[in-house]
Amino acid sequence: MPDKHVTRTTIAALKGVSKCYGQVTAVDCMNLEIRRGEVLALLGPNGAGKTTSVNLLLGLAWPTSGAVELFGLPPRKVAARRRIGAMLQDAQFGGHARVGEIIALYSGYYLKPLALAETLRLAGLEDLEGRPAVKLSGGQKQRLMFALAVCGDPELLFLDEPTVGLDVESRRAFWNSIRALKQAGRSIVLTTHYLEEADALADRIVVIGRGRVIAAGTPAEIKQSVARRHIRCITRLKAAQVCMLPGVSGVLQDGARLDIVAARPESVLFEMLKLDPALHDLEVTGARLEEAFLALTNNHREEQAA
Amino acid sequence: MNTVAVKHWIWRDTLGVYLREAGFQFWGLVRMPGFALPTLLFPTMFYVFFGLVFAKGGDRQVATYMLATYGTFGIMAPALFGFGVGVAMEREHGILALKRVAPMPPMAYLFAKAAMAMLFALIIVLLLFVLGAAFGGVALPRSEWWLLAVTLVAGTLPFCALGLAVGVRVGGQASAALINLIYLPMSFLSGLWVPLQFFPHWLQELAKVFPAYHLGQIALGIVHQDGGDFLAHLIYLLIFTAVCLGFAQHGWRRIQDR
Repeated sequence: MPDKHVTRTTIAALKGVSKCYGQVTAVDCMNLEIRRGEVLALLGPNGAGKTTSVNLLLGLAWPTSGAVELFGLPPRKVAARRRIGAMLQDAQFGGHARVGEIIALYSGYYLKPLALAETLRLAGLEDLEGRPAVKLSGGQKQRLMFALAVCGDPELLFLDEPTVGLDVESRRAFWNSIRALKQAGRSIVLTTHYLEEADALADRIVVIGRGRVIAAGTPAEIKQSVARRHIRCITRLKAAQVCMLPGVSGVLQDGARLDIVAARPESVLFEMLKLDPALHDLEVTGARLEEAFLALTNNHREEQAA
Repeated sequence: MNTVAVKHWIWRDTLGVYLREAGFQFWGLVRMPGFALPTLLFPTMFYVFFGLVFAKGGDRQVATYMLATYGTFGIMAPALFGFGVGVAMEREHGILALKRVAPMPPMAYLFAKAAMAMLFALIIVLLLFVLGAAFGGVALPRSEWWLLAVTLVAGTLPFCALGLAVGVRVGGQASAALINLIYLPMSFLSGLWVPLQFFPHWLQELAKVFPAYHLGQIALGIVHQDGGDFLAHLIYLLIFTAVCLGFAQHGWRRIQDR
């Protein structure tokens, strides 16, 4: 779904970047572009290299090889960092500083920060301005981190697993904040292992596994690239028998039903109906993003093993 | 189109960042009773006991001597704990990473911490001065009060460097333990609690290893107690500070790359 805000201008990039920690390669020759106006989701299981990719873009980690650019500058330049905001994983304020004081301090680092009241409103912290950070609940701490990320009114926002540990309601509220920022023309990089989240928010998804880009595209493209359908039905055919049919990639006996996975269910059904005209209780469903994602990362693993 | 940025970053903005950072650190420390109370209470309490109460018949000589040594003891704590434990904690809690992502000049952070160490040192020094003058009969020419105060406040810097070298390497809990292990034995072995002449000869020689000894000797020299060679002590402290900053910079570089 093209969006009026998304342009082809690249504002940040990893160019053939690798990052090794001793023997472990966390990011393996990765190319990644962030375009102005888009919400880009980095999707992958834990340990895939999402956070390392973000840390490289933020200048928190230095590439072992390759180049990182943030607004055409090395990410460690203050001039580049004045244009970004970031929400990091497991950062937390433990002291007695108050919410309003912390936000005011961070706002002061930026050239044109939002007014304090505006930041508090964006993060839903209006009633908590005077509360010591140490007394915030988990969700409120998360909102404080979000406030620090947006307080400088940055052009590009990095949100590293922003909704981990939030309840459903807070997560929905958070999604709305992100959509509002996008509407205001901000670019956003979001890492998540919630597939639903990437699907709901992103213009573009980059699937990462083992430090590499496995797939990239719109949510619809990602789903399509691993088109898989489920056929559920009651039949006298045995699972082993169905498994032999062309185009079937998996069969599961589920009580009285068979659950058959196939790329093109029509041809499989045609064969099955020839063998068992009495087949009934038929149901064909598309794959959800979750399955598409698992299929992608699994295929990738098999390729690597081969 | 976004409006073109007409506002430019100027030196006044940088100054603002430095001042806000210092103010933020100040309120953080004041609200943390675990920091403010012991750093202000211990040196004053020790000075009252050993410099004023136990000194035979309000011996002015003892009260003056101990003003220099307990002053040295006192100003070390905010530097060592503020840097050693403060940096370690903020690193462990991801605050340092957050500050590095935000466009904060790193020097603002170090400046704020050093300014706080010096501010607390000044408060400690003033408390001791008042106690010494009011109850210990300490009487110095005005120039020497000033010189002693400036020396002790500036004397926090080697201990800031030492604290920083610890804080960039060691975890939060471990740093508190390690700083205590450095602070208390070093104070004793440098003759800050009990004058060195009561020590066996080899311990007197050992004391020369510690920066606290050298700062203590400079302070004693100012109040006309035998302090030895001022220049030698100063050179030792400068070298010590440089070495600590070297270690700190090495550790700092390592934490730059997560």
